[in-house]
Amino acid sequence: METALAQTKQQRWAGGKSPFQVSYGKLMMWYFLLSDSFTFGAFLISYGAIRFSQNFWVDHNAVFNSFPGFEANLPLAFVSLMTFILIFSSVTMVMAVHEGHKMNQKGVEKWLILTIIGGLAFLGCQAIEWTHLITHTHEVLVDGVIQHWGTTTSHNPWGPHVMYEGRMVATPGPVAFGGYFFGITGFHGFHVTCGVILNIIMLTQTKMGVFQRRGHYEMVEKAGLYWHFVDLVWVFVFLCFYLI
Amino acid sequence: MNHEEVLHEQPLVVHDLGHEAHDHHHKQSFITHYIFSQDHKMISHQFLVTGIIWAVIGGLFSVLFRLQLGYPDQAFPFLEDILGRWAKGGRLDQEFYYALVTMHGTILVFFVLTAGLSGTFSNFLIPLQVGARDMASPFLNMLSYWFFFSASVVMFSSLFVQTGPASGGWTIYPPLSALRDAMDGSKTGMDLWLISIALFIVSTLLGGLNYIVTILNMRTKGMFMTRLPLTIWSFFFTAVLGVLTFPVLLSAVVLLLFDRHLGTSFYLSDIFIQGKILPNEGGSPILFQHLFWFLGHPEVYIIALPAMGITSEVISTNSRKPIFGYMAMVGSFFAIATLSCLVWAHHMFVTGMNPFLGSVFVLFTLLIAVPSAIKVFNWLTTLWKGNIIFTPAMLFAIGFVSLFISGGLTGIWLGNSALDMHLHDTYFVIAHFHLVMGVASMFGMFAGIYHWFPKMFGRFMNNTLAYLHFWITMIGAYLIFWPMHYEGLAGMPRRYYDFSNWESFKQFEGLNQFISIVAIIVFFTQFLFIFNFFYSIFKGRKVTEANKNPWHSTTLEWTTPAHPGHGNWIGEIPEVHRWAYDYSKDGRDFIPQTEPIGENESPH
Repeated sequence: METALAQTKQQRWAGGKSPFQVSYGKLMMWYFLLSDSFTFGAFLISYGAIRFSQNFWVDHNAVFNSFPGFEANLPLAFVSLMTFILIFSSVTMVMAVHEGHKMNQKGVEKWLILTIIGGLAFLGCQAIEWTHLITHTHEVLVDGVIQHWGTTTSHNPWGPHVMYEGRMVATPGPVAFGGYFFGITGFHGFHVTCGVILNIIMLTQTKMGVFQRRGHYEMVEKAGLYWHFVDLVWVFVFLCFYLI
Repeated sequence: MNHEEVLHEQPLVVHDLGHEAHDHHHKQSFITHYIFSQDHKMISHQFLVTGIIWAVIGGLFSVLFRLQLGYPDQAFPFLEDILGRWAKGGRLDQEFYYALVTMHGTILVFFVLTAGLSGTFSNFLIPLQVGARDMASPFLNMLSYWFFFSASVVMFSSLFVQTGPASGGWTIYPPLSALRDAMDGSKTGMDLWLISIALFIVSTLLGGLNYIVTILNMRTKGMFMTRLPLTIWSFFFTAVLGVLTFPVLLSAVVLLLFDRHLGTSFYLSDIFIQGKILPNEGGSPILFQHLFWFLGHPEVYIIALPAMGITSEVISTNSRKPIFGYMAMVGSFFAIATLSCLVWAHHMFVTGMNPFLGSVFVLFTLLIAVPSAIKVFNWLTTLWKGNIIFTPAMLFAIGFVSLFISGGLTGIWLGNSALDMHLHDTYFVIAHFHLVMGVASMFGMFAGIYHWFPKMFGRFMNNTLAYLHFWITMIGAYLIFWPMHYEGLAGMPRRYYDFSNWESFKQFEGLNQFISIVAIIVFFTQFLFIFNFFYSIFKGRKVTEANKNPWHSTTLEWTTPAHPGHGNWIGEIPEVHRWAYDYSKDGRDFIPQTEPIGENESPH
């Protein structure tokens, strides 16, 4: 038994076929994702390195406390919704791939459409969040004068508070916050955009019956791998910027 | 889902391609054949020719700044004719001198020795030597070249902008590279540099994914990984390194672009420039160096590994002996690839990093000497008592070994952080890396071109010109870089424009002149090669069907027709029955990989 197992393992590498029993395209996608994770890894490690060299960092509960349409203080509520939407779109993607395995064209179309909607909704939320951060100004005490700053790549109104004319006022915070926040969530948003485009292409191909004729929906599976990866990256981004 | 079908899709598709290729009714237009070609052989030609053009430009730049270094007090009016206001009165402008140094490094490291070397030979040899009709994805392969081409166009255009090309050194350290006001070279030229490198990274990624997947998935029947020629192993590890480390450079480039244009402070903090205080704070220029060298060091091996693979193959073939220690060679490739990702901070010993952290990097750096020495001894033992045939390729391969030893030994000096304090940024470093990865890898490339030219273009190159080319280049390389060790030990810093103001370096005036003269001679000697190359493509002696394996090699590429079409083999792809190094075995000169093991054959 064991020798037989060893033999099949040997045969796997004997050439003439894939040693991992996967098509070249899927293998390529895996290696691409590995490569891409190094890009994100470099960003997040840079972020960590700079952040921990600072004496002060912003309070996430204060920065991310708004929810469109509500005046109340709702820390991290909106980003939780965004995260839920994105993760849910991963579930719909799983369903699309699943229907693909069953060669059910209609099912693939339905779940792909839902995935695309999820992706677009996430991007829309991100646009709202960014706009809010950039345009919504806060009082900052700069060189003894009160100014009104939004959160941008070069301005951070979320610094430590000091006593000024009998009340607590924020001072400028580390500018690295805005740079990394917009830089990394933007790079992630760019990936989501690419994913949505990829999914739209998959949808049109499915509608045209390309995969049905080909006899398999492997392309949808590959797009799915990418989509799950983008979700996974978001989990890390969420962790690093909103939770820690 | 029908899993089997998916698996079988590729071989079937590829097979069709083969039929198409030797079906002579199938016509390709000039554009699909020569320009937007998806044939890995044509793409490798494109990489090679683009690489050669870049090598001439990059080499010419070194001639220009060597003129300045050798003759700091002399004017060369012809410089003004070709460079205009960058060489007023026939003397190089100081900032333009930096631009030349920067572009020389960038061009040679990325465009010649990465794309020109790995791009050419990975593309050409992987499908031929593993026994595949083409790359896993010929389309992505084509894109890979065209991304490289667009990176080239952008970089080339930066030579012609008003403020000149990037000039902060090929390592583009911020804050110099991040601030437009720092110097002319940090204006538009720097942006073009960054965009060009970003495009280049996409190109290496597309190429690298293809190389890895083709090697893993597309080997012909019987081609176990352990039967692969060492060239393929070297391209495999090169591609893995590229796929894992180039994205980190992309991150560094993206952050630098943000610092330049969006007011972020990733790399900037507390800077005065032209009397102004910049608002940036909290960033760290050292962060950039970490990100840069996380690519930058593996990059050295991305350049060196393909040359090592080519050398192994050429030396074994032309010694008529199996390569010594095949598994040790594979293992040392793996060790080098792994260690190369753990040593980047040895470029940063003098940045003020923690000396205890430095000691870890010293340890890993010195450890690389072990697999490197394994390789060197294996090449030497392969040559030992071999029946050596001194073809031009063989000479260049032996030259590679020589240069790799000479340059590698000084690596052990530089890897020690204590010694590095003195030697950092001196001509000692210049001598070290030019020998070990610059010239050595050029030699690997020349060995590859001379060796595979008959397969690439179906004709032979001229041997006399090749021998001349070898000897002048070989002797010249040592005459140029050997003296630099002494200058460096005396403390002469790199990147300086003029040493005549320094009492301590005045003694080197004659030596600098000597180096410049040899550099110019060696540069013009390369035209022997270029002439030989292009002349032979059209007029060289033809490879005939009877003489299609001119070096009596065992590997698969020589079993294709003398002039293989798209699809490489007519009919079935041959099956492989043995490893790639059965030379001088059982009384036979060589046994091709396609020959089944005989009944009474001795084990290798």
